[in-house]
Amino acid sequence: MKRFYAFVKKEFYHILRDYRTMIILFGMPIAQIMLFGFAITNEIKDAHIAILDPSKDYTTSRLNEKLLSSGYFILDKYLNKPEEIEPVFQEGRVKVVLIYDEDFSQNMLKYNQASIQIIADATDPNTANTLINYVTSIFQDFVLSQDPLPKSVVRIIPEIRFRYNQNLKGVFLFVPGLITIILMLVTAMMTSISITKEKEMGTMEILLASPMKPIQIIIAKVIPYIFLSFSISIIVLILGYFVFEVPVIGSLTLLLLEFLLFIIVALALGILISTISETQQVALMLSLLGLMLPTIILSGFIFPLENMPKILQWISYIIPARWFIVILKNIMLKGSGIELIWKETLILAGFAIFFIVVSLQKFKIRLS
Amino acid sequence: MIEEIITARDLTKKFGDFTAVNRISFEVKRGEIFGFLGANGAGKTTAIKMFCGLLYPTSGQGSVAGLDIFTEREKIKKRIGYMSQKFSLYEDLTVAENITFYAGIYGLQKKDIIEKRDELTDKLGLGDFENKLISSLPLGWRQKLAFSVAIIHSPDIVFLDEPTGGVDPITRRQFWDLINEAAHSGVTIFVTTHYMDEAEYCDRISMMVNGRIEALGKPSQLKTDYNVESMNDVFLKLARG
Repeated sequence: MKRFYAFVKKEFYHILRDYRTMIILFGMPIAQIMLFGFAITNEIKDAHIAILDPSKDYTTSRLNEKLLSSGYFILDKYLNKPEEIEPVFQEGRVKVVLIYDEDFSQNMLKYNQASIQIIADATDPNTANTLINYVTSIFQDFVLSQDPLPKSVVRIIPEIRFRYNQNLKGVFLFVPGLITIILMLVTAMMTSISITKEKEMGTMEILLASPMKPIQIIIAKVIPYIFLSFSISIIVLILGYFVFEVPVIGSLTLLLLEFLLFIIVALALGILISTISETQQVALMLSLLGLMLPTIILSGFIFPLENMPKILQWISYIIPARWFIVILKNIMLKGSGIELIWKETLILAGFAIFFIVVSLQKFKIRLS
Repeated sequence: MIEEIITARDLTKKFGDFTAVNRISFEVKRGEIFGFLGANGAGKTTAIKMFCGLLYPTSGQGSVAGLDIFTEREKIKKRIGYMSQKFSLYEDLTVAENITFYAGIYGLQKKDIIEKRDELTDKLGLGDFENKLISSLPLGWRQKLAFSVAIIHSPDIVFLDEPTGGVDPITRRQFWDLINEAAHSGVTIFVTTHYMDEAEYCDRISMMVNGRIEALGKPSQLKTDYNVESMNDVFLKLARG
């Protein structure tokens, strides 16, 4: 135990003395959460809009007024003929062009039907989609507030509520996502690098020739990183809670236990990487390409998994982060208990056991 | 007291088809400075690793301090010291921290550690550098410190794998003074090197060529046997067959 303590102490010296890495490890998540929370938002305000309105009657001007007073759009200019549409998009400022039918009001009265064409600049598809949604819902609103109401056959008035994240705040997803990435980054990448460093410097041989058992060496090496990643993710959790009101509705104890489970998975992966890489650079590249990229791309953190090709969805099943994010979202935002996330938890536990067995096996092979 | 502190009988290590160490047999007596000589790639490091419990031999028998190298590796590790070619100290730790750490993993008591540390820094003249990082020390000092750390737990035997690589002749000479001193205090020294002049400092040497021990004996005796002036010539004769 005394030996073990001496080892852990030495490991903390390594970490604390490398203040550049410390700044990155603590600074990066904080900067990211602030960025995601404040700067990156899916809401679009003051999009430029151009309007081609040949009828210029009472209805169209009321519609325009409603659109422009919504706060989402500002009028760039009125167009006079269809040929002006293309140049206006080419200039790049205008994101949406609105084209009314001729005799808009009259059509509405006579046929109970009038059409508007909405053209959006889809060089940025997400923005285009959002803007179209804004325009159509404003129009729907307008139709419903008509007096007298148009005599449509069936009228369905959807009343939408976004559960668990009323205001559709992106940061609600980013906090769990960021915690996942930090736990993966700090534990897997940092441990793989620090173990490989011992190999590269030749100190690993000295350690293995000492009375310390290999398993003790590994455990002593990873303990500080467990502390480190745990504290960074708790900082992110606290920041999310106090600055962006990201809640933890479910049990905090359960949440922290799940943290621990995921840390064990990440550690085992880090050890595995260190057994197959001879230099720190290799360990770094393997962690980045083999762990970080899949964690970011295939975990559902940034890109929705449902929209991916089947093959990528299958691959995502073997990404531990994918399951962990589900667990986090459920506990934090929905307040789920273990009875709703036992499946994901079991899968993570399976990963943990599998990777530990494989990496210990590899470690042994390397010794003989 | 066991007289033969290391024994090897037909000890062999194969990596796939390649035989790195081919049926070597020898004994090392307690308190000896035993030189393990050979060109790069002759199998010296592989042999040393088998004695330190870092590699499993493929076949043969061997013992260190009376303990079997197959079955009693964990016990052996408590009785030996090991210094590798890289003078493995932690560059981002201070001199004192390195000493404390290595003494710590060998399970020394806290007050013994402090005592040893002060004694060591005094002896090496590192007193003023106790709180300096290893990365700021010149190579020669690191080497001496690495050796002193390797014997900090007073092992029966210390294995030195090419301990003098990359340092200048004067530093090498000083280093051998340290080795002699340790040998006088009763530590058996098992040292590999490819500097043939260093063979003269050893009590007995073995000469390894392509995984086999081709010659074994006192340096003076080997020179007479092969009828040459220096160890270098002995080596050249052997290597050329």
